[in-house]
Amino acid sequence: MYTQALNERIDGPRVVEDPEKLAAFQARIDAEEKIEPNDWMPEAYRRTLVRQISQHAHSEVVGMLPEGNWLTRAPTLKRKAALLAKIQDEGGHGLYLYAAAETLGVSREELYEQLLSGKAKYSSIFNYPTLTWADIGCIGWLVDGAAIMNQIPLCRTSYGPYARAMIRICKEESFHQRQGYEIMLALCRGTPEQKAMAQDALNRWWWPALMMFGPPDSESVHTEQSMRWKIKRFTNDELRQKFVDATVPQAHYLGLTIPDPELRYDEATGHWRYGPIDWDEFKRVIAGFGPCNRERLAARRKAHEEGRWVREAAIAHAEKRRMRERAQRLAAE
Amino acid sequence: MTTIRVEETPHLTAILRLADTALVLSHRLSEWCGHAPMLEEDLALANIALDLLGQARLLYQHAAELEGKGRTEDDYAYLRDAPQFRNYLIAELPRGDFAFTIVRQTLFSAYFHPFWRRAANSTDRTLAAVAAKAEKELAYHLRHAGAWLVRLGDGTEESHRRTREALDALWPYTGEFFEVDAVSRAMIEAGVLPDPEALRPNFEETVDRLLREAGLPRPPAVWMQSGGLRGVHTEHLGHMLAVMQHLQRAYPGARW
Repeated sequence: MYTQALNERIDGPRVVEDPEKLAAFQARIDAEEKIEPNDWMPEAYRRTLVRQISQHAHSEVVGMLPEGNWLTRAPTLKRKAALLAKIQDEGGHGLYLYAAAETLGVSREELYEQLLSGKAKYSSIFNYPTLTWADIGCIGWLVDGAAIMNQIPLCRTSYGPYARAMIRICKEESFHQRQGYEIMLALCRGTPEQKAMAQDALNRWWWPALMMFGPPDSESVHTEQSMRWKIKRFTNDELRQKFVDATVPQAHYLGLTIPDPELRYDEATGHWRYGPIDWDEFKRVIAGFGPCNRERLAARRKAHEEGRWVREAAIAHAEKRRMRERAQRLAAE
Repeated sequence: MTTIRVEETPHLTAILRLADTALVLSHRLSEWCGHAPMLEEDLALANIALDLLGQARLLYQHAAELEGKGRTEDDYAYLRDAPQFRNYLIAELPRGDFAFTIVRQTLFSAYFHPFWRRAANSTDRTLAAVAAKAEKELAYHLRHAGAWLVRLGDGTEESHRRTREALDALWPYTGEFFEVDAVSRAMIEAGVLPDPEALRPNFEETVDRLLREAGLPRPPAVWMQSGGLRGVHTEHLGHMLAVMQHLQRAYPGARW
């Protein structure tokens, strides 16, 4: 998981770029060449990527929390192993996304500080609680499913390190999505109580999942420039529609009802048309007023604070060791 | 389904002791996931937890075959109460701070690495196969925990103090590794389990070497805690199982 287009201004001084360099850069993009870390790039391109990649990395790391909430309560050993492996994958995604961001000249510590201070954003979906085991199924099925829709095009994104990281991430996400669906399938084929658990989870996760694609195209501030630079290849609304079209038949197969009274199949276009999304809720959650924003950041800060002495010890030990080795070398000379 | 009653034979008990220990410690390690001091440790601790969970599952499956009553791995994990658990006490203690987790993992791996190496020659061929896999995993766990033990012991004043406290707290739980009762005696004689006495020199050598490198004193000989192998646990296991078994207990017979 999980990129999300968030309407957020990019700070920093406005840089006036050399028009010739800009034109040459755009020509490379148009020719589908990959941009690599040492290549010239416009400052705004660099900033857009740092923002997007670090948001994505933060989302992976914060995303470990809602699922981690069920690690100790997974109902079978097989599910426990799969969930643990999935969360571990997410940590791994975070790690190589931070590494990809570092190729743009910003350190992981700096980015992480932005997360902890609340300055940087992460995907709004992780500010919702995981209340029953079915939520773990829904996160895999819908949240990872939405993430895949967002991320498959990113495998072809113009910045090389990001594109390559996304190839591996997408492979793992698609496995997570299938695992999540399989949890839902087991619940829907189970007892009436289990099926009700599945429906309840779908009711709570459906709309937040649709919001994962970001604000509608009419209100999205980044889309146009990002499309021109081939950082993005589809608009938020295009991706959202793809997701709905793929997911509705899956819900029907499970025998579940999508919580949208306006949902209907449009014969003419072959698309499932959905009702209005509550963008006020979206803005509220992004602004910090979702059900779990406070807890999620508090948990990240707590782990960071409680780990401080460990990180200091590792640095102190490395330094002592270096000094000892140097003393030994000097003594030998 | 309610609590199962396992008809234990020495062989079955021996396998359950190993399976329960691996599961319980895996569970404790998994509690770190998302809360570790750095992302690399989130991954590493989850990795170790996954290895141990994998061992537990193979061992429970073996237990099910030995018992021959059509049980599954989940029956043993989810449908027994604390007194039926046979794990070493050291595995069930709450995760504590990072120093506690590292010291526990070091002591545990310093024993179980040579244990599995020897168990690879077990007359129980399934156990021998599990051992061959587990030995490789434990070698990595020991390397990882040992390297951290040295960093923490030889790091800052605070890390040294925390590590030393953890060592003092955990040392009394290492006696159980070397406990031999009638069950394990029978299994040692049958060539199913290695004799822990034969593993002691290796355990002590590893521990002494790491403590020396970490600049930590070897804890003095103290009264050793005991009870896990016969189902007399600390207060902590009951809470752990209440959480872990919650869904299986709340929805009897449901499939997940």
